[in-house]
Amino acid sequence: MLEMRRENLLNAGIALLLLAVPLVAWAIDETYYITVASRVAILALAGVGLNLALGFGGMVSFGHAAFFGLGGYAAGVLSHHAFEGSAFMSWPVMIDGSDSTLTLWFAALLLSGVVAAIIGAISLRTTGVYFIMITLAFAQMIYYLAISLPTYNGEDGLPLYLRSNLPGLDLSNDLTFFFVCYALLLLAIFLSVRIVGSRFGAALECARQNENRLSAIGIAPYPVKLTAFVLSAMITGLAGALFVELNGFVSPSILSWHLSGEIMIFVILGGVGRFYGPIVGAALFIVLETVIGGYTERWQLFLGVILLGVVLFARGGVIGLLAGKARHD
Amino acid sequence: MTEPLLVLDGLHKSFGALRATDNVSLDLAPASIHALIGPNGAGKSTLIAQIAGSLKPTAGTVRFLGQDITALSVPKRAQLGLGRTFQVSSLAMAFSALRNVMLAVQARQHATFRFWRPVRVDRSLIDPSMAQLERVGLKERAHLPVTALSHGERRQLELAVALALEPKVLLLDEPMAGLGGEDSLRMTEVLTGLRQDVAMLLVEHDMDAVFRLADKISVLVYGRVIASGSVEDIRASQEVRDAYLGE
Repeated sequence: MLEMRRENLLNAGIALLLLAVPLVAWAIDETYYITVASRVAILALAGVGLNLALGFGGMVSFGHAAFFGLGGYAAGVLSHHAFEGSAFMSWPVMIDGSDSTLTLWFAALLLSGVVAAIIGAISLRTTGVYFIMITLAFAQMIYYLAISLPTYNGEDGLPLYLRSNLPGLDLSNDLTFFFVCYALLLLAIFLSVRIVGSRFGAALECARQNENRLSAIGIAPYPVKLTAFVLSAMITGLAGALFVELNGFVSPSILSWHLSGEIMIFVILGGVGRFYGPIVGAALFIVLETVIGGYTERWQLFLGVILLGVVLFARGGVIGLLAGKARHD
Repeated sequence: MTEPLLVLDGLHKSFGALRATDNVSLDLAPASIHALIGPNGAGKSTLIAQIAGSLKPTAGTVRFLGQDITALSVPKRAQLGLGRTFQVSSLAMAFSALRNVMLAVQARQHATFRFWRPVRVDRSLIDPSMAQLERVGLKERAHLPVTALSHGERRQLELAVALALEPKVLLLDEPMAGLGGEDSLRMTEVLTGLRQDVAMLLVEHDMDAVFRLADKISVLVYGRVIASGSVEDIRASQEVRDAYLGE
């Protein structure tokens, strides 16, 4: 009980700290840090998505950049067409570009969800290291597909000149954009908490611990894991859409396997299966990149050392270190 | 005579040249306990795996409640009312004892794809689960994680989980294995109390328990049933003594 309270306090502290950074930056007119905070929130959102599959479902996906990138391309390509005034496709159905934020989000969720259903349906027939490799292989296929699409500038990517329109809010204001990302991040964490605490979540966590047990009581593990995999991918896909808007740029680099690894690092650094872990992981990553990256290009060496320390000595990540082991009642 | 609940008809299972199950036919009558005994390596666990569905037989059929279930998956068989316990306890280790049983209750209700309501406060799961834990004598230990339970308690929990499915037939793979005298006695008592509600196929090495519980005994040696009959028949059989009882 005491440990639960400690973790709740810690989580509240993490959430408030992430909120405070851009507010302070705004107050002292250091607007660059507002963008940094938005980056943290978006990457953390991608991590929250992966955490659902990896942390709670035990599915070590090494291909989540595919969903991040697909979400990004869905949003980027539609807003590119809207800016050009051209149609995305005219046959068999007419689909115009769009500059409506909600439409872009919907497209990102839909595309990443549908592709995750296909990738998951095949990949989840394997386990362990084969699952890791097959998710990686699918992600690489999508990466090379994006590189070979001349319509969207292939490897060079597409610049996006305007942010999309969200009714009542001006997303071109960096602070407003941060608040939107932050709200979606907290919403995704809240949804994860509800899902993991539900009947579905109980079955999912049992699938992680002991699939034979789940089968023996009459629950087939496959549909449970596939559903979680799709939900996980959709959250990560939404993060991709936000990332593209933040940067005003979409390119195949958001589909690369490096990014899959980075999303996994956010989850592991923060604590696998800890709801607020990805925020800590993404924040640590960005802080290292910004601070040490200012002195040397080899800042990832320090990241590597920290990651090694976490894997060897603090399996529960930073959250586990500060709040103790995760508990089930 | 009443229709048997479970019928094995000419089951064969080969692993290469090894015949792990060799033309086994058995049936399990309602409200009865059929014990399966035999030396180590006789193929008892292989047989249980074929009944539960985790191994597919090379030939032969498994019928349950009049239905051919040979091609059905493990979860499908469990849903029909075929419960089992494992020889080596197989539980969700990070969960509490209560959570393990609650998951079985939820499976029984066919209500897994629900994403919103927290199970933590769901009386429709907690109350029946506590009742099952009480039945096997684990009520006081309900909130402990499985890792904190003793070996004997885990065996009891396995049984509680299986019972929460309200099975028509229970496959018990050495439920007494590794239990001390008192735990073993308690388990025997619990099983005796259950026999009216659920028929059991019992694999067991503890001969005291077998002779006390079983209505019928089959002896499995090298994958074949060499004798099958009442407790008295088996005790009296010279062939069984030679092959197994070692008297």
